Amino acid sequence: MAQVKFNEERCKGCELCTSVCPKKILKMANRYNSKGYQPAEIIDQSQCTGCASCARMCPDVVIEVYR
Amino acid sequence: MEKVFGRPEALQDRVYSYCPGCTHGIVHRLVAEVIDELHVREQTIAVAPVGCAVTAYNVFNCDCQQASHGRAPAVATGIKRVLPDKVVFTYQGDGDLASIGTAEIVHAANRGEKFTVIFINNAIYGMTGGQMAPTTLPGQKTTTSPYGRDVATTGYPIKMTEMLNTLEAPLFLARVSVHDPKNVNLAKQAIRKAFDAQIQGKGFAMVEVLSTCPTNWGMTPIEALKWVETDMIPTFPLGIVRDLKEGA
Amino acid sequence: MADRVMMKGNEAIAEGAIRAGCRYFFGYPITPQNEVPEYMSKRLPKIGGTFIQAESEVSAINMVYGAAGAGARAMTSSSSPGISLKQEGISYIAGAELPCVVVNVARGGPGLGGLTPSQADYFQATKGGGHGDYHLIVFAPASVQEIIDLMYEAFVTADKYRNPVMILADGILGQMMEPVTLSEIQDLKIPAKPWATTGMTKGMPQRIINSLGLAPEDLEKINVRIQQKYQEISKNEIRYQEEQTEDADLILVAYGTSARIAKTVMIKARAQGKKVGLFRPISLWPFPTEEIQKLARAGKHFMAIEMSAGQMVEDVKLAVNGKTTVNFFGKLNGTIPTVTEVYDAVMKCFSKGGLA
Repeated sequence: MAQVKFNEERCKGCELCTSVCPKKILKMANRYNSKGYQPAEIIDQSQCTGCASCARMCPDVVIEVYR
Repeated sequence: MEKVFGRPEALQDRVYSYCPGCTHGIVHRLVAEVIDELHVREQTIAVAPVGCAVTAYNVFNCDCQQASHGRAPAVATGIKRVLPDKVVFTYQGDGDLASIGTAEIVHAANRGEKFTVIFINNAIYGMTGGQMAPTTLPGQKTTTSPYGRDVATTGYPIKMTEMLNTLEAPLFLARVSVHDPKNVNLAKQAIRKAFDAQIQGKGFAMVEVLSTCPTNWGMTPIEALKWVETDMIPTFPLGIVRDLKEGA
Repeated sequence: MADRVMMKGNEAIAEGAIRAGCRYFFGYPITPQNEVPEYMSKRLPKIGGTFIQAESEVSAINMVYGAAGAGARAMTSSSSPGISLKQEGISYIAGAELPCVVVNVARGGPGLGGLTPSQADYFQATKGGGHGDYHLIVFAPASVQEIIDLMYEAFVTADKYRNPVMILADGILGQMMEPVTLSEIQDLKIPAKPWATTGMTKGMPQRIINSLGLAPEDLEKINVRIQQKYQEISKNEIRYQEEQTEDADLILVAYGTSARIAKTVMIKARAQGKKVGLFRPISLWPFPTEEIQKLARAGKHFMAIEMSAGQMVEDVKLAVNGKTTVNFFGKLNGTIPTVTEVYDAVMKCFSKGGLA
């Protein structure tokens, strides 16, 4: 139903998005972007409600939300 | 599926220079969203401060002047008087606005200059490396208050919103926070009102935004959000303290 | 039709600015220049302009920054201690390459000094004043008429080079009245300013007014460009006046009020058979170095006359570069030198064994 897309190269790994996700379906990936940060990722897209809380808290406009 | 959230046009598509988790980025985005919603990007001139937001012209996708430390309200006055039909806003931190630039902000507000001020209060000097700010909390440790801010010798946190509320002229004054999604939404509503006040040609508006500085506070970004809630808000209560737009 | 009117120097500063298309004035009260903001507060609102009495000198110069950056002809005026306060803003304006005019109706210093005229701000005006490698273009009028004329030139020159121009006057020039000819306001051709921040209307590229070069290579680029501009200004904007220098043995070098006294001294000395000339720099920066050099090569001696402990005299010495002698007469008490005391000093030069 809903989808979030992460622009991993822009992510600074601050984890703010993971802390506000009501479904707790965001976590930090086990890989690094070219800046050396572990980017956030979604572990279960099917549970995403598209509430955009994660995107609202992201200071770096990493996240796009589709519904 | 339709994109319901993404980068506003008034924000540049690039990496911003802020530290990870610093909520400057959220506030920049809120300002840009409001500019987009009001369709005024091409009419807007931003005034960048000295401080972490000194390169705000690399963030906002609009014309921009960069002011010397604390002087953004004077620079904005000059711009707005020349271009009364354009949208002018300053984006300033607490060292800039509440310390070295106190004269400029107070008198711009008192003249009722018709521009918008976005005031970032993170209780510290960020760019210079975490020194004590006029908004630093009592007992808060910084690089120039290593034993904690001693109110007996350094005074108390300055409440700029309340201070400006003693003046006749300002139209809209509010303090908001961006420590959780709900407050981010409220912050955006306040910023929207502050731009509305200007666009309707009515007067001076300032939104003080409680913001984090995880790097200089020595906290993780998530701990920093909590600290805003537990420590900053009791000192800097949130809310719209003045909104004269209706019936003014 | 040209009007012939009596006018105070300070009023001439204001009227000259208005005639040059200046519609934005930001200032702060300080003696002896108060008639400038007073005149502006009366006139500007009537002609669609803006006058703001700022909360401080610092704010006033930063309002000029904003207005100039938005594309307007803007100015501020003050007197010595106030000009000191403006230096931060002036440095930023020079760094951001914004055209504007700053007027200094100078008074005695240092510190609070006095209210009476002085030329002790020459170093501040011509050698920097604020931080960083920059120059103001500095014009020094010597009469009320020249104030009117140079105000126009100041705005034109500022726009031409995107550089702040200072009019360096003093308390006497500001306060005295003289008849002036106000010619018809010229058909003002204020040049287009595509760099000004007026909004990115219709897909304009983003304009940024700043003076920040965080990366060393960026800062170097900015500084190299500005220095090239200064070379261009030095080539094109030298202004001076010479009187009876051709046959002179001793040339009095003086600007502003001092030049008026020097001229009377020259006439008096000539009447006594002493070959005295007058060289009056009008542009203090760029300084007419080569012109003075030429006169020194021709064997002429010099005497600088200033209402200071000796500031411009250093530039005269640099120009003369040891070829002949450079004498100095200075006045330090905030009054103008009398003709008699300068005349006596000139005569002493001649009696010192034929000037050599």
